[in-house]
Amino acid sequence: MNTIVVSITLFILALMIGIEVIGKVPATLHTPMMSGGNSIHGIVLVGVIIVAAHAETPLALVLVGLAALLGTINVVGGYVVTEKMLEMFKPKKAVSEKSDADAEAEK
Amino acid sequence: MTAFEIVQWFVYLLASMLFVRGLHDMNAPKTAVKGNHVSIVGMVIAVIMAFVGFFYDSESGSFGQDINWTALVVVLVCVVVGAFLGARLALRTKSTDYPQLVSLFNTVGGGAAALVALNDIMGASDSEVSLVLLITAGLGVIIGSVTFSGSLVAAGKLQRILSGKPAKIPFKTFLTIVNILAIIASFVMLCVQPGCRTMWALVALALSFVYGLLFVFPIGGADMPVVISVLNACTGTAVAMSGLALDNVALIVAGALVGASGMTLSVLMAKAMNRKLSAVLLGGFGGDNEAAAAGDGPEGTMKETTADDVAVQLKYAQRVIFVPGFGLAQAQAQRDLADLGKLLEDKGVEVQYAIHPVAGRMPGHMNVLLAEANVPYEELVDRDDINPQFPQADVALVVGANDVTNPAARKPGTPVSGMPILDVDKAKRVVVIKRGRGTGYAGIQNELYFMDNTQMLFGDAKKELEEITAALKELGD
Repeated sequence: MNTIVVSITLFILALMIGIEVIGKVPATLHTPMMSGGNSIHGIVLVGVIIVAAHAETPLALVLVGLAALLGTINVVGGYVVTEKMLEMFKPKKAVSEKSDADAEAEK
Repeated sequence: MTAFEIVQWFVYLLASMLFVRGLHDMNAPKTAVKGNHVSIVGMVIAVIMAFVGFFYDSESGSFGQDINWTALVVVLVCVVVGAFLGARLALRTKSTDYPQLVSLFNTVGGGAAALVALNDIMGASDSEVSLVLLITAGLGVIIGSVTFSGSLVAAGKLQRILSGKPAKIPFKTFLTIVNILAIIASFVMLCVQPGCRTMWALVALALSFVYGLLFVFPIGGADMPVVISVLNACTGTAVAMSGLALDNVALIVAGALVGASGMTLSVLMAKAMNRKLSAVLLGGFGGDNEAAAAGDGPEGTMKETTADDVAVQLKYAQRVIFVPGFGLAQAQAQRDLADLGKLLEDKGVEVQYAIHPVAGRMPGHMNVLLAEANVPYEELVDRDDINPQFPQADVALVVGANDVTNPAARKPGTPVSGMPILDVDKAKRVVVIKRGRGTGYAGIQNELYFMDNTQMLFGDAKKELEEITAALKELGD
């Protein structure tokens, strides 16, 4: 069987899973959710590394380098900001200790 | 498939499963943090696998031959710099600015997806080029480029570098149609003329970039959350397209997941504003309605009050409902509101926070801000649950919320008609803290401000809340 047929099947099934998994999220978590989804599409970094293996010309190297830079900002920034958002939902005590520590660090 | 390729396939599948699991765990506040960690583990596994794959030569089926060291060094350096920049941005940004930060991360993600697809088209030798590759990678280039420019404009609008008002572009509809037709034409040419694929891919890239601008500029700042969510879905789809071109299971599944999540979220957000998603995306909220609304504003005068007076009213109330809006976020006053709430509770007043789904700039944005200020989770009440309770509230304190409290929404013929609102006007007394006499995003006056039981406290939310708290402390027990 043609690989593209299998790939398209995977794509469609993953869409269905996405709708099912996400449709149940309470509004409270929508912003962290969106941010979480945003970091997951940073998986494009894997694509960058794969195409980099065949980057021979200077132009290709520049493109791949730029893509790697942008992709990593997406992944790392996305996860860190999601983590920061979710930190606020931790049990109250932990949060206040943390923010006290932050306040001291700022001083 | 060689043994290594099979292992690689299953490792990517494992990463995809962790993404699904991670997203699922983000359903509930209790498991959300764990969910994000699960997702991070998936990402680390996938990236490590990709680097291992770098040393594998699929033609000879062995390791350590013909390694492209230059590219490896370039990628590694860029990954390190990118990780540093991304973490720094995320750690330094204030929580009120998260929406535009998410939009910015979406911008770079879309850009990366477009570049990967472009590289795939340019890098393939003539014998490797297939129609499937051209279609999928071509779509990746187009969608990625649209998200890149579109998200950048959205972030600019939220950061107020660009005007939040819907831009009026002359001949917008005509230009948009021409633009879309040109993109389709370049895409078709890309597919039928593989010899000139680099040129056609670049043409498609440029045209799509322009489309992103045409798409987002005419949409008002109030609708940006929906737009960001749609663009987030687009980036996911672009990544999935790149995944189809590269035949990589992790990119396909993760991209499709994000595509579906973004679309679901967009529909939910549009629904909360009682607007059709299509109407939002076609742009111009307020633009057409402004003229009609200006004439028939509510009549009467607004009653002004003082912080001291508000403090007295709050002290002798039994039930108080806070109604936070974007003005609270803008003034960074979430902690001051939380402090006031806590003080009132210590005095035996029952305090609740009414959360409108679109208060702030994104669904759930207000919850995030208030949770950060240590407001107990149980006190944040959704619109449907809090509305029946307004008649029993002695005081409703509106802080920087406007359109979501306008009773005009219950009547037909206004720009906000039909929008689900908080029934603030049903409270026994209403106090509104507001920066100025201006109108909200909808561009119309709020009838609530002219009602008999409403008092206005004009000023910066943070300053006024501090004054109320100070006055309340002076009153003693």
